[in-house]
Amino acid sequence: MHPAFSVIFFTTASGAGYGMLATLGFYAGHDALPQNVWFSITSMVVALGLVTAGLLSSTFHLGHPERAWRAFSQWRTSWLSREGVAALLAYIPACAFGLAWVFPALEWPARILGPLMIPFALGTLFTTAMIYRSLKTIHAWHNKWVVPCYLVLGPMTGAVFVLALSAGFGVTLKFLAAFSGALLAAGLVVKWLYWTFIDSTSAASTPATATGLSGTGPAVDVKSVEWPHTEANYVMKEMGFAVARKHAQKLRGIAIWLGFMVPAILIESSVMLPLPQLSFLAIPAAVLMAVGIVVERWLFFAQARHVVTLFYGAKSA
Amino acid sequence: MTSLPDKTDKKLGLVIDLDTCVGCQACVTNCKEWNTGGHMAPLTDLNAYAAEADGVWFNRVHTYEVTGSSACGASTSRTMHFPRSCLHCEKPDCVTVCPTGASYKRTSDGIVLVNEDLCIGCKLCSWACPYGAREFDVFEGVMKKCTLCVDRIYNENLPEEDRVPACVATCPTGARHFGDLGDPNSAVSKLVAERGGVDLMPEMGYAPTNKYLPPRPRKDTATSVPAKELTPVAATGFLGWVDKLLSR
Ligand code: SF4
Ligand code: SF4
Repeated sequence: MHPAFSVIFFTTASGAGYGMLATLGFYAGHDALPQNVWFSITSMVVALGLVTAGLLSSTFHLGHPERAWRAFSQWRTSWLSREGVAALLAYIPACAFGLAWVFPALEWPARILGPLMIPFALGTLFTTAMIYRSLKTIHAWHNKWVVPCYLVLGPMTGAVFVLALSAGFGVTLKFLAAFSGALLAAGLVVKWLYWTFIDSTSAASTPATATGLSGTGPAVDVKSVEWPHTEANYVMKEMGFAVARKHAQKLRGIAIWLGFMVPAILIESSVMLPLPQLSFLAIPAAVLMAVGIVVERWLFFAQARHVVTLFYGAKSA
Repeated sequence: MTSLPDKTDKKLGLVIDLDTCVGCQACVTNCKEWNTGGHMAPLTDLNAYAAEADGVWFNRVHTYEVTGSSACGASTSRTMHFPRSCLHCEKPDCVTVCPTGASYKRTSDGIVLVNEDLCIGCKLCSWACPYGAREFDVFEGVMKKCTLCVDRIYNENLPEEDRVPACVATCPTGARHFGDLGDPNSAVSKLVAERGGVDLMPEMGYAPTNKYLPPRPRKDTATSVPAKELTPVAATGFLGWVDKLLSR
C-alpha cells in the first residue's frame, strides 16, 4: 500500500497523543500526578496538540476536506466513521480533565476525570486499528496482531513522551520509567510477533482464484503477460506500492533499534544510575523513539500487499 | 446508508465469457465514451497525450498466459483476455467501510453506486475492493466506479435494444451478457448454469453478482473423421453415350 505521509503522521501522532492521555489519566486516578502548572499545561497542550494535528493531517489527504464532517454519519458500519465519532467524544473528558488538572482548585474532579479519559483514549486507538484490521483485502492488516500493536504502541509512545516532559520539568511520576520500559518491551514483542506472522503467511487468494480459474480441473498457472494500461493507474499507484525485501529488513532493524531498544536502554540506565541529570536521557529517548515509530508505521503501509496486485502479476498477496 | 440490504429485488449484473473474449478493448473504449458523459461524468484524464498518462476507467482488460496440462500431459496453455470491472457484489465491504454514506447498494436492483456529492475522497472503499474496481478521480476529488450504466438500462429515450450497459452493447464477439442473475430463469442465469460460471476470489466472501465463464477445456487430441468412400456414378443421356464410347 502507498505509504501516504498524512496517514503515517496521523496514526503515529494521534497514537502518541491518546497514549499520553491514557498515561496521565492513569496517574491522576492514583492521585500520583504532580501539581506543576507548567508541566500540566505543556503535557495537555502536547497531548491534545498531537491528537488534533493527527486528525487534521488525516483530513488533508481527502479529496474534499470541507465535507469531512459527513464522515461522522456512518458509524453503524464504518470503522472510519466510528473513529471520527470516538475521536470527537474523547475531547470531552480530555478537555475537562485538562482544566481540572491545570487549576489546582479542581483537584478532586481530575482524580475522577483522569481514569474516565482512559477508555475514550484507548477506544479511539482501537477504532483506528480496526480500520486496518477490518480490510479483508490486505493480509498484513487483516490479522490478529494489528489491534494489539496499535493498543500497545499508542500507550508506549505516550508514556515515553510523558516521561520526557516530566524529566524536562523536573517532576517525578513514580515508576513511570519502569512502566515505559515495560511498554517498550511489550511493544517490541507484539511488533515482532506481527512481523513473524506477515513473513510466514500470505493471503488465501492467488492469481488463479482472482481470475476464477482455481476450480477448473488440473492446477493452472496464471501469468500476467499484458497490463490493461501502459502507465501506472490509480489502482497501481495506491495499492501496488512494493518495498524491496532487502530495504524492508534494514528498515525493520532501524525501527527495532530506534523505536524500542535504544529508548529502553536510555530510560532504564537513567533509572539505574540515580544521578538527577540522567533523567534527561528520557528526552533523547523520546525523540529517537518517535523516529523509530515513524519508520515502523511506514513499513506497516509499505509492506502491506493488496490482493488486487494478483491481477497485475503478483504471485501472492 | 452504508448498511447493506438483506436482499435485493433484482441482481443485475454481467456474465463475461473468457472463452470468447478476444481482448479487443472495445468494451473499455465504449465504457469510457459513454460514462465520461454519463452518471459519473467526467472520467478525468490527466496528461492524456504525454508520458505518464493517467485517467479514470471503469473497465480494464488484462491478458494472461494460462499454463496447464491435460491428464495425458499435453500442454493446454493458452492466452486468456480478462475484462475486470465492478462485480456489483452482494456483500461488498466497499460500501460498509464508507464513512459518509456516499457508497451504497440499491435495494431495487443491487447496483453499487457512489453519490459524488457526499463523497469526501477518503479512498477507503478502493482499499476494501479486492477487484480494483474503484478509481479515484484526482481532479474531482471523489471516487468513481462502474454504474452498470444505470443511465442506459432504464433510459426510455434509447431504443429498447440499446438499454444494456455500453460494454455489452459494443462487444463484437458477444462475450458480455447482461441480465438479472437473481432470476434462475433469466438467459444469463441459464448461461451461468450451463457453462459453469464462477465467482472471482470467492474466498473474500464478497459474493460477486457478475460471473465469469471459464475458457472451455482445450482438447488435446483431434477427433478422427474418415473421408467418405468414392462411389461409382452411373451416367445417363449424352454423358452416358460418351462414357460408353470411351469405355469401349
Ligand atoms: S467489485 Fe469492488 S467496487 Fe464493485 S461492489 Fe464489489 S467490492 Fe464494491
Ligand atoms: S472515497 Fe468516497 S465513496 Fe469511497 S469510502 Fe470515502 S467517502 Fe465513501
